[in-house]
Amino acid sequence: MVKPTRVTNRIRALRFAAGELTQAELAERVGVTRQTIIAIEQGKYSPSLEVAFQIAHALGVRLDEVFGYPSTENRTES
Amino acid sequence: MAEHDMGYEEKIAWAGVIVSIVHFTIYLSVLLTRAATTPMPETPYVDAMLWSIGVAIMVMIVVSIIVAVTTGKHGRETDIRDKQITARAEFTSRGLLIAAALTALIFAMLELDPFWIANVIYLGFFFSAMLEAITKIALYRRGMPAW
Repeated sequence: MVKPTRVTNRIRALRFAAGELTQAELAERVGVTRQTIIAIEQGKYSPSLEVAFQIAHALGVRLDEVFGYPSTENRTES
Repeated sequence: MAEHDMGYEEKIAWAGVIVSIVHFTIYLSVLLTRAATTPMPETPYVDAMLWSIGVAIMVMIVVSIIVAVTTGKHGRETDIRDKQITARAEFTSRGLLIAAALTALIFAMLELDPFWIANVIYLGFFFSAMLEAITKIALYRRGMPAW
């Protein structure tokens, strides 16, 4: 199945690094539903820039430590 | 298989599909039973259509309340993703509604019996509601593609 978004993320790993933060707790801090955090973690939903920043702030890291995007060079190589 | 936690809006979309299928099937059954003894354009349809629409609205209100009560406070919350999915589903299904309205317009210009005009609009409502709910479910389960 084709992934709906090419945005990658490390939310799951960062949640555990931030003291076993649950999806519900992260959702509460960001102000979205738990289902949205699950969808983002699974790569089924690409959050808005605003929500992406809020997630990074909630995890206490920079935006580019949470989210990634394959460069054009990588895309042509693959 | 990846975890899938069904939220309030997705549950309501599922309920919408089921209620739509049931109420439309009942309406169609009543109409076809009556049409067995009467020519189609002369078949009484107004009462069956009004009952069908009224009961479907009532059932959806009751189902929404039951889902809300059983889902709990946090489960009822919606966010920007729910709004985006709703907007995308409405956008997808709008075409069917417009097609039904255009067909009804043509029927009216051709001075066809009001039976056909009313029923083609009703058919448009049904298929558009079905497509909207199915699109919502698909977006919740398979993901929301970027524009």
